Amino acid sequence: MRPVRLCAVSAALAAISVAAVSGCAEKADAGGEGAIEVTATDDSCEVSRKTFPAGHVQLAVENKGSKVTEVYVLYPDGRIVTERENIGAGTKAKVTAEIKAGDYEIACKPGMKGDGIRQKVEATGGGKPAKRDPKLDAAVSAYRDYVLEQAELTLPKAEKFAEAVKAGDLEKAKKLYAPSRIGWERTEPVAESFGTIDPKVDLREDGLEDGQDPEKDWTGWHRLEKSLWKNEKITATDKKLADQLIKDLTTWQKKVGKAEITPTSMANGAKELLDEVATGKVTGEEERYSHTDLVDFKANVEGAHKSYELLKPVAKKNDAALVKELDTQFAAIDELLDKYRQDDGEDPDEYAFTSYDKVGKDERKKLSDGVNALAEPLSKLAAAVVK
Amino acid sequence: MTAEEDSTGTGRTPVPGRRADQAAAVEPGPEARPQDTRAETGGARSSVGRRALLGWGGAGLALGAVAAGGTATALHNDEADAASASAGQAVPFHGTHQAGISTAVPDRLHFAAFDVTTEDREELIQLLKDWTTAAARMTAGHAVGDGAFGPVPESPPDDTGEAAGLKPSRLTLTVGFGPSLFDKDRFGLAEQRPEALVELPAFPGDKLEKARSGGDLCVQACADDPQVAVHAIRNLARIAFGKAAIRWSQLGFGKTSSTTPDAQTPRNMFGFKDGTRNVSGSDKKALDEHVWVAEKDGPAWLADGSYLVARRIRMHIETWDRTSLKEQEDIFGRDKREGAPVGKAKEHDEPFLKAMLPTSHVRLAHPDAHNGARILRRGYSFTDGTDGLGRLDAGLFFLAYQRDVRRGFIPIQRSLARHDALNEYIQHVGSAVFAVPPGVRDKDDWWGRELFS
Repeated sequence: MRPVRLCAVSAALAAISVAAVSGCAEKADAGGEGAIEVTATDDSCEVSRKTFPAGHVQLAVENKGSKVTEVYVLYPDGRIVTERENIGAGTKAKVTAEIKAGDYEIACKPGMKGDGIRQKVEATGGGKPAKRDPKLDAAVSAYRDYVLEQAELTLPKAEKFAEAVKAGDLEKAKKLYAPSRIGWERTEPVAESFGTIDPKVDLREDGLEDGQDPEKDWTGWHRLEKSLWKNEKITATDKKLADQLIKDLTTWQKKVGKAEITPTSMANGAKELLDEVATGKVTGEEERYSHTDLVDFKANVEGAHKSYELLKPVAKKNDAALVKELDTQFAAIDELLDKYRQDDGEDPDEYAFTSYDKVGKDERKKLSDGVNALAEPLSKLAAAVVK
Repeated sequence: MTAEEDSTGTGRTPVPGRRADQAAAVEPGPEARPQDTRAETGGARSSVGRRALLGWGGAGLALGAVAAGGTATALHNDEADAASASAGQAVPFHGTHQAGISTAVPDRLHFAAFDVTTEDREELIQLLKDWTTAAARMTAGHAVGDGAFGPVPESPPDDTGEAAGLKPSRLTLTVGFGPSLFDKDRFGLAEQRPEALVELPAFPGDKLEKARSGGDLCVQACADDPQVAVHAIRNLARIAFGKAAIRWSQLGFGKTSSTTPDAQTPRNMFGFKDGTRNVSGSDKKALDEHVWVAEKDGPAWLADGSYLVARRIRMHIETWDRTSLKEQEDIFGRDKREGAPVGKAKEHDEPFLKAMLPTSHVRLAHPDAHNGARILRRGYSFTDGTDGLGRLDAGLFFLAYQRDVRRGFIPIQRSLARHDALNEYIQHVGSAVFAVPPGVRDKDDWWGRELFS
C-alpha cells in the first residue's frame, strides 16, 4: 500500500481522497468577482475574506513586497491544497482550486523560504467534513515538516556527492555516497509515493525490466554505487548521471509538500520502513557493492521512529501496552545497531557503520530478529491511531 | 516416495458432526470453519486389516519401533479416542499429557525450534500463556484472536488466514524446553533443570549443523493438512516476535512411524516399512514405563511430561537406489516387499536376531540390545528440494519421545552410530533435545505453568 499520494490532477485526487480534498494549482483564467484578494508583502499576508463559500475558489494574489514569494492554501494537516510559486515582487498571480467545506490556512512565503506567514480561513456550506482529531492533524503536519526538512537536508549532501563524482574523485565520492542517501531513506515511503522519482534515483540493477538497457535506462544512486565500488572508475556517463540525480532529487523536494499523508499512512509508512530493512538491508541486497546497508538500516529506523514519536500521544491513549512494547523494541534495535557504529556520533553528518560484508550470518540473524520484533508491533500502530 | 503415495488417494473419511462437540470446550471464533473443501490432502490410511507390529526401534534410522502393540484402549488423556478420529477432526488440546506424543500420528509435520530473545522471565511466561491460548484455538479449528478478516482495516489481522475454511485436521501442538533455557543467569531455572535433560554426546559420523540444531523452545505441529500445520507454526512465530525467534524449522510428510495399530505400516524414503512396532498410544503400560516421566523421576514440574530427541537425518538416496536389493535387505535385516525379518515370512513375525548380520539395522536397534530400552517415535520423511549438486536433500526427520534420554535414545544411537551398516547411506546433520512438560489441564492452565510457578 502506498501511504501517500501525489496530488497531480485535481480530478484524480478527488477520486481517491476521502476528506476535504482536492485542488492543485491550475492556470488561473477565471478571475473577476468572488476572488479572494491576497496581498503579500515582505512581512505580511493580508486576506480580503476569511470565510468564503466552498466550491470553486479563486485567489487573486498581489506581491507588494520586495522579495519573490509563493502562496499556499493548506489543509490543517499541512498538506497543500494549491500553491503558486515564483510570484515576483510587484507582480500579480491567480490561483484557483476546488475547495470543500472546512478549515484551511493561507500562507505567503516571502523569499520562498520557511513556514511562511499564515492566515486561518474557512470554507463554508455544503456537507461539512467530519472533524479530525486536531492532535492527529498536528502529528501529520509535524511529520510533513520532517519530510520536507529531510529533503532539504539531502540536497546539499547529494550535491557534494555529485561534485565528487564530476571531479572524478573516486575516494571522496565513495565517502559521500552513503550520507547522501540518509534523508531519502528516512522518508522512503513518502519519497516512493511519487512513482516516477523512486525508479530514477533508487533503482537497483535487478529492478530493470527485460528489454531495458542498463546503460541507457539505469540511473540514480545504485548505478553510481556500482561504478565506484565494482568498476572502480568514474566515466563521462557517470558524471552526467550525477547531474541527473540532483535534478531528480530537486523534483522530489518540490513535490513532498503535496504528498497526501494521513495518520494511518504515517503509521503504516513506519512499518514499511522496517519492511525495507527486512527485505533489502538485512539481506545485503540494497548496497551490494558499497556494503553500506547499515547506514540505510539506521536511517530507515530513524524515519520510522519519527513517525512513531509523533503518533505516540494518541496511540498511548488507545493502546498503552503497544506503546510500551514499541518503546522497548525501538530501544533494542538502536542498541543492536550501535554495536556496529564506528563513528563517535558527534558529527550528525557522519554515519560510519561496519561494512555489511563483514557482518556474519549469526549477526545478520540477530538483526533480522530485531527487525521482526519491532515491525510486528509497529504493524498494529495504525489501528491504535484510528481507534 | 512410497510413503507419500500410500498416504494420498486412500479413502478419506468425511467429517461427521463431531468436531463441534470435541471443540466445545473452546469458544468458537468468529470464523468457525465450515466443511473442508480440500479433501484431497492428507487422510487416514485405508483400513486394511494389517496391524502394526513388526519393526524395530532404531534410533539411527529407526525402522519400526519396538514392543508389541497393545490393544486399543483409552487413548489420550481419557478424553477421546483420538486414534479413531478421522482426518480433519479436532484432537483434544487439554489433558494430562500434551497431545502430539501418544496421539495418532497424522501425515504432516512442521517442527520449529526457537531461541528465546527476551531476557525477561515475565515476558517468557506471557509468551507461553499467549501460545497456549492460540494453540487451544487453532487445534480446535478456530482462528487466532479476532480472526483473519478484521476488525480494523488499517491493521493486519490477528490470524494469518491461510487455514480459514479448513478443518482442524487433527492438528496437535506440542511444546518442549531445551537445555539452554535452564542456563544460569537466564530465567532463574537452573535449579529446575532435570538431570535427564542432558546434551547429547557426539556420535561417530555426526555432521551437525549449528543452524539445524538446538533451541530454547520447540513446537511440534502435526496435522493431516500441511497448510494447517504451517499455519500453526507461522502464527505462533508471529506471536513470539520480540520474545522468541525461530532458529530452525523442518517440514515433514509421510509419517515414518505410527503410534496406532495402523492400517498399513508406513515406508520410509529407503522404501522399507517403518514404525510397525512403535510404542502404541493405546499401550498404557508401555507408555508409563518408557515414555511418561513419573513423579519419582523428578523434577516435579515434569511429571506426566516426556523428553524429545529431534534429529535431521540426511539419506543418500541416489547411492541407496544403486544398491542391490539383497544388500538393502541385509542392511535392514528384513525383506523389502513384506517387511518380514530375516528367515521369517510375515512382517509381524517375531524376529530372530541372530539370523541377521551383526551390523544390520534392526538387530542393532532392537531393545534386546539395550536392556529393553524403548522409545516412542513420530518421525517424518522430508525432502527439501535438492542440494545444488542435483541430489535430493531428503531423509528422515527423526522424533522420539522417552522417559529418560540417557536410557532411551543415547544408548541406542551409540550402538547404531558405531556399527550400523546403514551409516554408509545416512548422516545425522541436525540435533536437538527438549524436556516436554505435561499437558495443559484446562482452560486456565498454560504450557510450563508447573515449571515457572
